[in-house]
Order: sequence, then structure tokens, then C-alpha cells
Amino acid sequence: MSPHVILRVVSKLLIPLIALFALYVQFHGDFGPGGGFQAGVIFASAIILYALIFGLDEAKRAVPPSWVRLGMTLGVLIYGGTGVATWALGGEFLNYTVFAPESTHAAGQHWGIFAVELGVLFTVTSAMVAIFYAFGSRAPELTDEDW
Amino acid sequence: MSELFEHFNFAVVIVLMMVGLYVVFASNNMIKKLVGLSVFQTSVFLLYISMSNVDGGQPPIIAEEDLHVAEGGGHDAVADGVAEGAHQAAEVLYSNPLPHVLILTAIVVGVATLAIGLALVVRIREVYGTIEEDEIDALDYEINLEGAAE
Amino acid sequence: MSNIPPTLILDMGLMAMLVVVAFSVVRLRSLFAIVMLQGVYSLLSAAWFVSLDAVDVAFTEAAVGAGISTVLMLGAMLLTEREAKPVALQKQLGSFFIVTVTGLALFYAIGDMPAFGDAHSAANAYVGSDYIAATKADIILPNVVTAVLASYRGYDTFGETVVIFMAGLGILLLLGLNGNAGKWRAQPKGQNVSGSAARNEGGKS
Repeated sequence: MSPHVILRVVSKLLIPLIALFALYVQFHGDFGPGGGFQAGVIFASAIILYALIFGLDEAKRAVPPSWVRLGMTLGVLIYGGTGVATWALGGEFLNYTVFAPESTHAAGQHWGIFAVELGVLFTVTSAMVAIFYAFGSRAPELTDEDW
Repeated sequence: MSELFEHFNFAVVIVLMMVGLYVVFASNNMIKKLVGLSVFQTSVFLLYISMSNVDGGQPPIIAEEDLHVAEGGGHDAVADGVAEGAHQAAEVLYSNPLPHVLILTAIVVGVATLAIGLALVVRIREVYGTIEEDEIDALDYEINLEGAAE
Repeated sequence: MSNIPPTLILDMGLMAMLVVVAFSVVRLRSLFAIVMLQGVYSLLSAAWFVSLDAVDVAFTEAAVGAGISTVLMLGAMLLTEREAKPVALQKQLGSFFIVTVTGLALFYAIGDMPAFGDAHSAANAYVGSDYIAATKADIILPNVVTAVLASYRGYDTFGETVVIFMAGLGILLLLGLNGNAGKWRAQPKGQNVSGSAARNEGGKS
């Protein structure tokens, strides 16, 4: 039996829960502590945990580097795109009220905050995973007997 | 003496900041410098958040009742009047949210610059073969001397 | 001294642990221990943030400082060294002198700072308390920090997102997404600066 059986079984149970928790933190950032940055980092740690236990190549098959490259830019575009959309609807840059101007309970603001937090989530997750891939793929010169 | 007790938090945070700054100045090893910088940054965040604390306050998450008193102002004047009266008696205090926002941004920007610093240290190690600052200075000096002698 | 709040003991304990961890970082030379201790430092300060009612900041500090930051430092440490070399005594004394002078100047400035927990200090009275009232009227969200971050100060958060993007971009330029960027041979003034990456590649990538 491989010595890493316990790690693999437990992580297969935990990693989906970590990803789910990241989504919970993202969408409940309006009602409690949370938001895009925390959720992005938690989602990135789920992917990093997978890479630590199953190997970097397996992780690169699950979350390909091209997705990561795309995700970094997509997040910034979503954020800027929200601002451009408010421009197009007649308001100032990032003035979310124009999304639902006749709402009494600030629905426009809620939609705007939802969109920008989504952009933040994409950028933070992709950037953290990209940095981990960059450090992890660089071959170390020293052997493990130096530990 | 009571002044020191009122400002005890700030005194401790200043000691922590100075310890972090000492690690930055007094290490030759670049990774240890970056760790010292990270300790210094976290201590600065502690200073700002200490300033935003309010005695008897809650975290800045508005409670349910407090939120809808302001919103439903025009509709049910009688019921709201009663609710208002109950609330006037117990004004809810919240901690100042503005430093929290600033420090949240600062934490994330801090980790971004830390990551770039670490990548630079890795590249320096590959080119110079060492990450001790004095050895890199000596290598650069030798290279410049050889270049100038040509 | 009759009305010591019970959280004071917790605060004192956390402060003492933070000071001990900070002084240990100074004295140790094993880089693995130093990186782990900075993770512990971040976690303890996240606990202190919760005690200071800053829950969003505590969440972010725990996730980013104690989580990702430690992973990145360990990754970088794997590619570089395991131990720091000793430092000359002259450099230690010089740094200690500078740090002491700076610390004394800051202690002198403590007298002007507001009392801890003052609700009417200059930092807490004006814009800070206005944001809470404005969020109840304009945005109607419970979490004021998210409302300020994403709506009132949304432009700054846009800049912050771009900073994270640039950090990722910079690291991709320095190291490469598959670890294969930046392996050129440096030639300042005609001298080859050797490094195993340059030796292995033997030319510009």
C-alpha cells in the first residue's frame, strides 16, 4: 500500500469542500466577512493542495496553465467591463446605481458589487495558482539530501 | 502612567515594527530580509487596526434591525415610530470600517510584492550562485574590475 | 483596575506571543524555521485582529499571510538556500542603533496618539462613521467593509486587482508558467555571469 493512501483519500474528500467554502465566502461577502480576495485565495489553496498531494503534472492536467493565464486577464476585464457598462448606461465610471435606477432597495448597487467581486475572484485565484505553478515548475538545483 | 496604559497597544506594536525593521537591516540573506519585511508590514497593519477600534463597538457588519429601520422610512410611519423609539435608547456602535478597507488592500498588495521579491531572489540565485548580499556585492565588484581592466 | 475586561487577558497573551515570535525570527538562522515562524506571526495577528473587531481583515490576513505567503516562501526557499550565513557584528550593531533611534522617535510620538478605543478620535469620527450611515441609506448591505471596498472606494479596488494581475504577470515573465523563462546568459561588460540555468541552456531562450 502506498504510504500516501491516507493523504489521497482525505484530500479527495476535502478539496471539493474547500472549493465549495470558497464559493460560499465569495457570495456571502455582502452579509458577513468575506468577499473576492478571501474567496480567491481559498480557491487557490484548494488547487495548490491538489498539486501538493497528487503532483504538479496532475494539477496541470486538472487546471491547465492556459486557463490560468486567461483567468488573470478575465478578472480585470470583468471589473473594467462593469465600469464601461455603467458608462454606456449613462452614469459615471463604476457608478452602479444606473444598473437599476428605479429600485427602492439599491438593487443596482447589489448587482454592481456582485460583478466586481466576481472579477476579483477570477484574478486572485488565477494569479495565485500561476505564481505557484511558476515556482513549482522551476527545477531545483539541490537534491533532497540537503534537507 | 495611565497614558501608557491607554496607549499600551501602540507601544507593543512599535516594538514589533522595530524588530521587523531590524531583521530587514541586519540580515545579509535575502529571504530573511523578505521575512523581516513581512513581519514589519503585518505590524503596521496592527497599528492601523488598533487605531480603528472603538470601545464597546461591534465588527462593522450592520445588524438586521438596524439595516431596515433606515430603508423602510416612508411606508409605515406608525410602526417605524415605535421601532425608532426603541432604537434611540440603544445606539449600536460599530468599529470604524475605513481602516479595515485600507488594510485589506494593503495585505493583498503586500503579498503581491512579496511574490515578485521571491521570484527575483530565485533569479539572483540562479545567476550569482548565492543569495547573501555581501557575497553578491563582492562578485559584482570583481566583475566590474575585470570589465574596467579590459 | 476593578473593571478589567476579560478580553484583556487574551490580548496580553497574543501580544506576548507575537513579541516572542518576532524576536525568534531575529535570532534563528534556519530559513525553514524562519518561514514557518512568519506564518505563525501572521496567524497570531489574525487572531488579534478578531479581538480588535476587524473580522474581514482577520480573514484576509489568515488566508493570505498565513496561507499563500508561507507556500510561496517555501517554494522560493526550495529553489535557493536552506540556511542563512552569520552576519558581521558591525552590521548588527549599526542596525540596532538605527532601529533604536527610530523606535525612540516613535515612542515620543505616542503621546499625541488618541486613546485606544476612542470613538471620537480624529480617525474614527469623520468619514469613518459617515460610511456606516451612508451604507444604510445608499447600498443597504450588512457588510460595510464590502460596501466601501466595492462601491464607495471601487476605483481603488480596481487598482488593487490590476496590481495582483501585474504581480502574476511579472512572475510569469521572470520564471515562466512552466518554469522555462528567463534562462539567458548574462554578459555584463563582456564577462559571462555563470549560473546553472545559463550553463544548461547555453543561449538566449
